[in-house]
Amino acid sequence: MSKPSAEHPPFLLTKVDLFITWAQKNSLWPLGSGLACCAIEMIATAAARFDISRFGMELFRASPRQADLFIVAGTVTNKMAPSIRLLYEQMADPKWVLAMGNCAVSGGPFPTYSVVQGVDKIIPVDIYVAGCPPTPEGLLHGLITLQEKIAKSHPTKVMFKPNARRTE
Amino acid sequence: MSFKDIELNMGPQHPSTHGVLRLKVTIDNEVLVRIEPVVGYLHRGMEKLWESLTYPQILPLTDRLDYIAAVSNNLAFVLAVEKLAGIDVPKRAQYIRVILSELMRISSHLAWIGFQANDVGAISVLLYGFEFREDFLNLFETYAGGRLTINALRIGGLPYDLDGGLIGNIWKTLARLPKRLREIESLLNENRIWKHRTQGVGRISAEEAIECGLTGPCLRACGVPWDLRKDIPYSSYEDFEFDVPLSDRSDVYGRYLVRSLEIRQSVRIIEQALDRLPAGDHIAKVPKILRIPAGEVFHSIEAPKGELGFYIRSNGTDKPERVKMKSPSFINLQSLPAMCRGAIFSDVVSILGSLDIVLGEIDK
Amino acid sequence: MPDGLNESPALSAVLDALAARFGSAILESTFAKKELSVRLKTESLLPVAAFLKSEQGFNALSDMIGLDHPGTPGEGRTRFSVLYQLYKYPAHLRLRLVVDVPEGGEVDSIVSIHKSADWAEREIFDMFGIRFAGHPDLRRVYLDPEFEGHPLRKDFPLQGKP
Repeated sequence: MSKPSAEHPPFLLTKVDLFITWAQKNSLWPLGSGLACCAIEMIATAAARFDISRFGMELFRASPRQADLFIVAGTVTNKMAPSIRLLYEQMADPKWVLAMGNCAVSGGPFPTYSVVQGVDKIIPVDIYVAGCPPTPEGLLHGLITLQEKIAKSHPTKVMFKPNARRTE
Repeated sequence: MSFKDIELNMGPQHPSTHGVLRLKVTIDNEVLVRIEPVVGYLHRGMEKLWESLTYPQILPLTDRLDYIAAVSNNLAFVLAVEKLAGIDVPKRAQYIRVILSELMRISSHLAWIGFQANDVGAISVLLYGFEFREDFLNLFETYAGGRLTINALRIGGLPYDLDGGLIGNIWKTLARLPKRLREIESLLNENRIWKHRTQGVGRISAEEAIECGLTGPCLRACGVPWDLRKDIPYSSYEDFEFDVPLSDRSDVYGRYLVRSLEIRQSVRIIEQALDRLPAGDHIAKVPKILRIPAGEVFHSIEAPKGELGFYIRSNGTDKPERVKMKSPSFINLQSLPAMCRGAIFSDVVSILGSLDIVLGEIDK
Repeated sequence: MPDGLNESPALSAVLDALAARFGSAILESTFAKKELSVRLKTESLLPVAAFLKSEQGFNALSDMIGLDHPGTPGEGRTRFSVLYQLYKYPAHLRLRLVVDVPEGGEVDSIVSIHKSADWAEREIFDMFGIRFAGHPDLRRVYLDPEFEGHPLRKDFPLQGKP
């Protein structure tokens, strides 16, 4: 029987992990950074037909300090990039980023002088949802994938690996 | 600026601004002293990009300008190209373009009612507006394959014809609409809080509105009967009978009334177009590689937001020399300081919403 | 008088009135695709615009467009042009004025006549670098203040300068 470590966490802590990740993934509060056309599809996802609140995400927070999911919906331009970075830094850990739409994933159809070719050049991204704009079903698929990713993470790893990001 | 003025920044990320708009606001104890919009946070360099694309390649990108009513951008662009190239569009295609345009106008105004109510505080009306809009998005999905940015037109006509099934669906959707509009109006029209927050707010006189270049429902709410569908008709609009709703209130409530009446007039136009849809082709014969001889043209249409126009200058090749888009929201936003004169701070959100701006077309 | 203009008596009346008052300022007038386009001497822009607004009733400025044609085709043309698209309401007439601007040159600002020219002139300054004399607040509208270069010039690369 090996000593408890980061690769083999003790049994009790895995159960604590399961509980923590269950709570986190079922109550993600998005920060709606609706920049362009994808914002309209994000609002449609939050509206009555493609209800996003059945996944626990109905509360779109206006302030980054209260949100834990940053949905970058739309084109990120050079003028807007410092604001995006600032918003990301203002969010508290644990936080996740979802790049919605072709523009946020890789610059979209705009290879021009003022568009950042993908928001992952500025902030680390967890889930990429492609589409121009992605349909609400596509965004929901991305969100459910994010929930699965959170379910597989180990928040208690910080006890063994002090510098671990809490979302690993 | 006196001692007690506070300068606030309603920054690019804000739940109420319709996109990434920054407002620099100076207030003195709730009363607005100065307001200055700062735009450019969504500047994607579209006009530069268009100079290196062929005319059919530009068409899908024009969708991304006014993304809430994508067909209107497409329509303005194809009409300008057809005028420049001298292409005649068959009558059936013109009627179907009118149908798509008016369906888009209805869905744009429904989204606007939702956004305006959300900003003022009636959040459930946002859900109503978006739910009723879903029917129309389903129609677009059946026709062109997309919900929002659909590239529904082609130079010379349309990509597909309307078939019986889709026409039947359009009739069914239009039949459901009046009852749903009455639902929204029962929530808003006589609502004390709505009236308090929208009546008398954001007044601008008709003369000043024309001076500032305001167009669209905001101008019609000042009593000026300016509607390009009647004044300089395009795409067979002269064949249809419809009224241009006006209001002499000049405030946010008047703009709300004008837009909700315009939805009804759009229904009227679509019904007439469906009744009298002529037989024929849905697209004219256009060469595979479209080369337009040197010339220039400016053409504008009545989009849901105002007068939307394109200036195209061609140089004989298959790519344009210069394409400039005249965006209604860019000019409408300049009248925000005039409308906000003497307003209190919480009215700014209401007035900004009533202008119905879309940052995609302001920033291009 | 350009050919075809007799199709539109209203526009030809406007051109006649303009020629009668500012004959020497009009360099060229063309009528194509049912649109009248009048090229003026740069320094006569303000009086012509004021005359068109006050006496001919062109009360709305629909749009202002900047053009860059390096390699100047035609004699006497400069690198840049600024186009003014005017609209007469309620007569529903359109008119286009064209003014040439050399590189580093200036055009008079018509903000005092048409308020909607405010941001349009800032946009042309931002994209082309053409300055407007008399504009109350000429600075960039789309790009950052510290951006170098003017993107819509033909020699500016699409991907931008690193």
